[in-house]
Amino acid sequence: MIDIRNFSFAYKTTRVFDNINLQLQKGSIYGLLGENGVGKTTLLKVISGLLRPSAGSCKVDEFISFDRQPEFLQNIFLLPDEVPLPDSATPENFFADLAPFYPKQDAELLRHLTQELKVDSSRKFKEMSFGQQKKSLLACALALNTDYLLLDEPTNGLDIPSKADFRRILTERVGTDQTIVISTHQVKDVENLIDPIIIISNNSVLLDASVEKITDKLFFEYGALQRPDALYSEMMPGGYLNVLVNNGMGESQLNIEALFNAVLRNSAMIKNIFE
Amino acid sequence: MDFKKQKSIYQQIADMLCERIVEGEWKDDDRIASVRDVAVQLGVNPNTVVRSFDHLQQAGIIYNKRGVGYFVAPDAKDLIIALQRKEFLEQELPDFRQRLSMLGLSFDDLKQYF
Repeated sequence: MIDIRNFSFAYKTTRVFDNINLQLQKGSIYGLLGENGVGKTTLLKVISGLLRPSAGSCKVDEFISFDRQPEFLQNIFLLPDEVPLPDSATPENFFADLAPFYPKQDAELLRHLTQELKVDSSRKFKEMSFGQQKKSLLACALALNTDYLLLDEPTNGLDIPSKADFRRILTERVGTDQTIVISTHQVKDVENLIDPIIIISNNSVLLDASVEKITDKLFFEYGALQRPDALYSEMMPGGYLNVLVNNGMGESQLNIEALFNAVLRNSAMIKNIFE
Repeated sequence: MDFKKQKSIYQQIADMLCERIVEGEWKDDDRIASVRDVAVQLGVNPNTVVRSFDHLQQAGIIYNKRGVGYFVAPDAKDLIIALQRKEFLEQELPDFRQRLSMLGLSFDDLKQYF
């Protein structure tokens, strides 16, 4: 479990998080959503031990992240949005360099994943397109086979078929003892993949709930009319998508973009509804 | 008031599995696809698919053999038809009637099409 308590973080003069609490359970693919610059990457860096909390604590299982004990580091991997790579690097030798630090790594799995994602693991990164690089790095990260895998903007730069490949590979690989955290501002790419959903903004956590809970509390209506009592409405080709408070209307299909906008515009009300 | 919606993803997946049973792709006591297979095919969170399977199990449409998988219950087809009939009468028919009245069509006007 990732356990973040009374956590605050500030870069010199900029406050990023102010006294937040978050608990991430095993066996789930968490979505960490927020606009650009709200601190998604900062939070991933704190969880993986790269940054020290300004106040409060961040623990992963029994380990304090920033203590950076080997037993902790060998079981967590953070894949940043951009990875600085030497000119000669290939997915194979990149993986081989990392593998000795990760006892559960699986070279056979790397072969399988690169095949599935249609990338050549012996080709130099610098000769690949951005999307191919991104997919190769994802394959390496998954093949390290850590219990905790943090992916920062993993769908950035992927073409449409590759985004589908990405979702397929992740659902195939996630195990019951694994925790995957995907941070993204491209929320549409991870719709139906992430559950629970965490939305952060303005130094705090605005929403942290399972899809089941969200569709229990909120109702996503596709109708001809814009509802005056909607938390958020959006015009669509067929009419309006309204996000309403769910008063026993049953479960509807979550629309993640509309959820995101509804939460950002009504943060106080959302907090009340979900308490 | 009438609220139009799309069914939640777990319900859509459950419906799809029912459809495959009704169409005869899986017969009585056949093993159906695994949670993981369905999740991977659709690229959806495995926990969502678990919910679909739980839902079908509670409805008596599929049953679980621990460690083996999920199987089609012997009377699954009848159960599904009964559920779909209820859903049609309670949800689709009222919408249909509302549409008729909006278009100024009576039940008698429709008879010639049957």
